[in-house]
Amino acid sequence: MNGTIQDEEPAHVATERGSIIYLEGVTVDFDGFKALRDLNFIVNYHELRVVIGPNGAGKTTLLDVISGKAKPQSGRVIFGRDQDLLPLRENQIAALGIGRKFQTPSVFGNLTVWENLELSVKRASKGVFATLWAKATRQETERIESGLVTIGLKDKRGSRAGALSHGEKQWLEIGMVLLQDPALLLVDEPVAGMTDQETEQTGQLLLSLADKHSIIVIEHDMEFVRQIARTVTVLHEGTVLCEGPVEKIQSDPRVMEIYLGRKKDKKEDAPAR
Amino acid sequence: MKEESINGDSGMRGEGFSFWLVGFVLLIVLPLLNVLPGTDSPLHVSDFTLNLFGKFLAFAILALGLDLIWGYTGILSLGHGVFFGLGAYAIGMHMMLSIGTESVYGSALPDFMVWNQVKELPLFWKPFSSAWLSVAAAILVPTIFAAIFGFLAFRSRIKGVYFSIITQALALSAWLVFNRNETNLGGTNGLTDFKTFFGFRLSEPGTQRTLYVVTVFFLGGAYLLCRWIIKSRTGKVLVAIRDSEQRVLFSGYSPANYKLFVFVVSAALAGLAGALYVPQVGIITPAQIGVLPSIEMVIWVAVGGRGTLVGAVLGAVGVNLGRSILTNHFPELWPFFLGGLFIAVVLFFPDGCVGLLRKLGGGWSSRKAGEGLDKPLATSEPGSR
Repeated sequence: MNGTIQDEEPAHVATERGSIIYLEGVTVDFDGFKALRDLNFIVNYHELRVVIGPNGAGKTTLLDVISGKAKPQSGRVIFGRDQDLLPLRENQIAALGIGRKFQTPSVFGNLTVWENLELSVKRASKGVFATLWAKATRQETERIESGLVTIGLKDKRGSRAGALSHGEKQWLEIGMVLLQDPALLLVDEPVAGMTDQETEQTGQLLLSLADKHSIIVIEHDMEFVRQIARTVTVLHEGTVLCEGPVEKIQSDPRVMEIYLGRKKDKKEDAPAR
Repeated sequence: MKEESINGDSGMRGEGFSFWLVGFVLLIVLPLLNVLPGTDSPLHVSDFTLNLFGKFLAFAILALGLDLIWGYTGILSLGHGVFFGLGAYAIGMHMMLSIGTESVYGSALPDFMVWNQVKELPLFWKPFSSAWLSVAAAILVPTIFAAIFGFLAFRSRIKGVYFSIITQALALSAWLVFNRNETNLGGTNGLTDFKTFFGFRLSEPGTQRTLYVVTVFFLGGAYLLCRWIIKSRTGKVLVAIRDSEQRVLFSGYSPANYKLFVFVVSAALAGLAGALYVPQVGIITPAQIGVLPSIEMVIWVAVGGRGTLVGAVLGAVGVNLGRSILTNHFPELWPFFLGGLFIAVVLFFPDGCVGLLRKLGGGWSSRKAGEGLDKPLATSEPGSR
């Protein structure tokens, strides 16, 4: 089942030219509200893509569709060369190598930092009985150790995750997603609520990861977008408005209109709503 | 700030010592005090008391399972009385059949069937003439039933308060079904007037003492089983489900399978508890398996301390001990006392007696117990679909 990607994993070359994720004609309808309408969206291997757009543009829904949390009414979602994601559940998609970091930090508050990472490490089976008898292998332990270094929580390995600061929880969750060894990382507003310094560090972390992984980042903070972005996709009302390098996007009159225009509208409409 | 997690290994030596000490007292000391001193000695443990403790310890087995699913995984089941009842009725049916012609009406059929003018033993009663089949059924029937019910509920992603409500509905419907005379399970009066179990006369103190010892053994086994699950990586996944089910799902685990597993294990333990309860108490009726007893079971765990195995055992024994003392002296006060106790737990010590002791004892006892959850349940996942 998780064969396609796995088998070709060492041979990045083999699929290098293709896309890692391919969405075609995707429509998501929430009781009449079209969160995504006929969306086409492609990300290539080793790409760091930033998705921006005003509230309600469908950014989070896009990640929901890729990670299996929302099922589209129509369209195709293909991972790697030919892995259809639509019939799969969230945990199966995660096992294929798509990791997701949520907007609000979601870690296991009653477990230690180490245990949080231990549960996340990629393993052949995450079924109940395999897990019941599982023992930490040396390879796993080494991976967790190096993960702790990457996210800067080496000294807090024994702390309850619930006792970490907001920024540390965000980093822990990023670490957990990384240990899943995903080919594609989905990151939803990673720097929301972070200090300037944490934001800077998070940007560097994401950039360093882009060598080995494909990453889709959703972000509001334009400062941060400028720091990390190579290619930016602008979503508006469930479809792609435009796509391109960050400088070009910033000066695009349509983008300015939806951002500025929206703001003006909101002010005028505020009493009516 | 406490640094250890729920699965922390700190204080394990102390825990092992306590386990063997409690085991020694329950398994050796109490039965010896029952047998050796004369009935007028102050150290004498009467047959009645020993039998009472046997009943409490059977309840403690159920509480362990309930704690596994509620305390650790955060799923509140209000239907565990049903699984308890299935286990109890399986053994009860066998003991009904082994009464034979000693019954009031002198028929090989159970008395209530004669009374209800049932001429022939219903087909589903037949396997229960075998003692071993009945023992197997006492565990397997609740297990299989929980597997089917849990599969449907968890696959449909029924969570939180919705799960509690449907399990309560299950308890109510089981109560209704068992109450009907047409079900051929003795109706409102249930099954009683048992004479023998595995050929031993239940009226003999020796038989009751043996049942008590068997119950202690099974309680010890159930405790070790639960402890093993909790300390395993699967146990960590269970706690993780309580903390953030979404993260578990997106980490590649199927929460539905883990919930099904823990639900089935706790149902099997409830069935075992019922099987040990019925020969010691001598009666099982629908009133003991319905909505109210199911809620009471939850109160045991809450009072003892959710998310600690010791708490579940303490709660089951303590609340039931309180009940038998209070109902002896002030029978009409018990419901108020139980209700008041539950409110007190919710308001003042959400982590139960174990949580309270830990708070009072400060660092020392927290290291000693070392397996509790720090977070009160109220802050865990709000019920949502």
